[in-house]
Amino acid sequence: MKPVSRFEELESGAPRVPVRFGGQEYQLAEGSNLAAALMAAGVDAFRQTSHRGVGRAPFCMMGACFDCLVLVNGETRQACLMEVETGLDVQPARRMREGPYASR
Amino acid sequence: MHRVNLAIIGAGPAGMAAAAEAAKAGVRVLLLDEQATLGGQIFRNVEVGSELRGAVLGRDYRRGALLTDAVAKSDVDYVAKARVWSIEENHVAYSTPDGEYLVEADHVLLATGALERAMPVPGWTLPGVMTAGAAQIMLKQSGIVAREAVLVGSGPLLYLVAVQLVRAGFPPKALVETQTRSDMRRAMTHWRAAMRGWRYLQKGAATLNELRNAGVPRYVKSRNIALLGSRRVDAVHFSCGGAIHEMATDTVLLHHGVVPDVQAARMAGIEHHWNAQQNAFVPKVDPWGRTECDGVWIAGDGAGIGGAMSAELSGRITGLAVAHELGSLPRAERDRRANPLIGQRNVELSIRPFIDRAFPPYHEALAPEDEVTVCRCEEVKAGQIREAAEQGCLGPNQAKAFTRAGMGRCQGRYCGLSVSRILADANNRSMDDTGYVRVRPPLKPVTLGQVAALHDPNAPLEQAGGHD
Repeated sequence: MKPVSRFEELESGAPRVPVRFGGQEYQLAEGSNLAAALMAAGVDAFRQTSHRGVGRAPFCMMGACFDCLVLVNGETRQACLMEVETGLDVQPARRMREGPYASR
Repeated sequence: MHRVNLAIIGAGPAGMAAAAEAAKAGVRVLLLDEQATLGGQIFRNVEVGSELRGAVLGRDYRRGALLTDAVAKSDVDYVAKARVWSIEENHVAYSTPDGEYLVEADHVLLATGALERAMPVPGWTLPGVMTAGAAQIMLKQSGIVAREAVLVGSGPLLYLVAVQLVRAGFPPKALVETQTRSDMRRAMTHWRAAMRGWRYLQKGAATLNELRNAGVPRYVKSRNIALLGSRRVDAVHFSCGGAIHEMATDTVLLHHGVVPDVQAARMAGIEHHWNAQQNAFVPKVDPWGRTECDGVWIAGDGAGIGGAMSAELSGRITGLAVAHELGSLPRAERDRRANPLIGQRNVELSIRPFIDRAFPPYHEALAPEDEVTVCRCEEVKAGQIREAAEQGCLGPNQAKAFTRAGMGRCQGRYCGLSVSRILADANNRSMDDTGYVRVRPPLKPVTLGQVAALHDPNAPLEQAGGHD
């Protein structure tokens, strides 16, 4: 079941395209900001933290905080700096168990 | 590698104004910005925003279209989605979706603006918590608003975002405000200067009036703020007027002022000093925006918080100064054009002492309690920084090696000031003596492939290997 959004979209003119996040499909406004569109669609946690593995969501929306980190085609990206395109397959960034995070 | 006269980093009010002014004088300008459109954060999407959004955001926002127009009509070479990751000896490295670039610039202007001051209160890392500025960006760029948000903190932006939510038809549930009456009393000692900024006082009064008419409750002088929830935020805890409140909400918007984004300036090696009034480090610049690093300039909020109008004026002033340095504008002409701008900027800045005192940062979030996370990226708590101080850490670079605070992807943007403040308090030393986390390239994460793409295989090895 899809989560209930805590956001409202003031304008809903843009055509919707399918985007996958964490295996679930969402219909998002084409060309809109990916982080904003996913939040409006009800996504809470965008990533797990590297160390403790707890959920995080976009915090600054301006490319500075890196809390909206996701994987797109295996590449680490900031969702707040991306636009919605049809067929995007997005995965949340996961907890790390290597390097400095292995022993902590 | 291509060459330009002036490379500007950041296309907010300062960067756009500087670009247009310098280009008008015949300077070859490259304007680089990480976002997809001109405007910076304050004028985000002003070119493409809808009428509805314009009405919600107000006249001061729509005015930004004058600047984006000026850039669009000029000869400025504007590159969107450009991530600058290194500035060394007038060589600027940046990556775009099209590839990697290295440009040689006679002059570099850092117009990187401001960041919201981090507000580490318990629970601030939970999903559902974001900055008030982030909520405003969602409105500007996407026309998306949060229902029944609780705004927490202090300052003009907190009220502005609240009133924009009201106009959008989704009034916030409450404002939990941290400033006190004695803050306002201290601010009033600067009333004479503040009267020169009467326009801002008027706007502030109108904003508060709009909030009152909308019936948005305000809890002034709140303390003991904690955001509650396990997987996401579900309530705000605070005490106010002798009572303890626990207010249910899905969305918390934090704000207690803005600070200069000093990452690029720090990386360029520019000296900074502590500004107690702004409660932030600011770079050393002269009134033209010139720094002690040859050919590196700073304009706008990145040189000290002054607001959008002041940033625009500073941009124009620096644009003229650079044009003069390049021989495109005689000294007398530079001065003739710049003098009225400098006068206007002084008027714009006259409100700042009042604002800084009326809305000081929330004290409990400057050096939070031991259990509060200060470094969001590496999940380091305030107590760990204090332990590092006990072990002899005097500055944030040592503390970084001990705790990893500031070592994550944001590179200290959101923990730098907290870490320095905690260390300064623990060691009983000044902020200047404590210093700030050292910023090195890359300014934003890049892949090895992106760095390698800049390597010219025909260049002699010692040049390719860099210098130090």
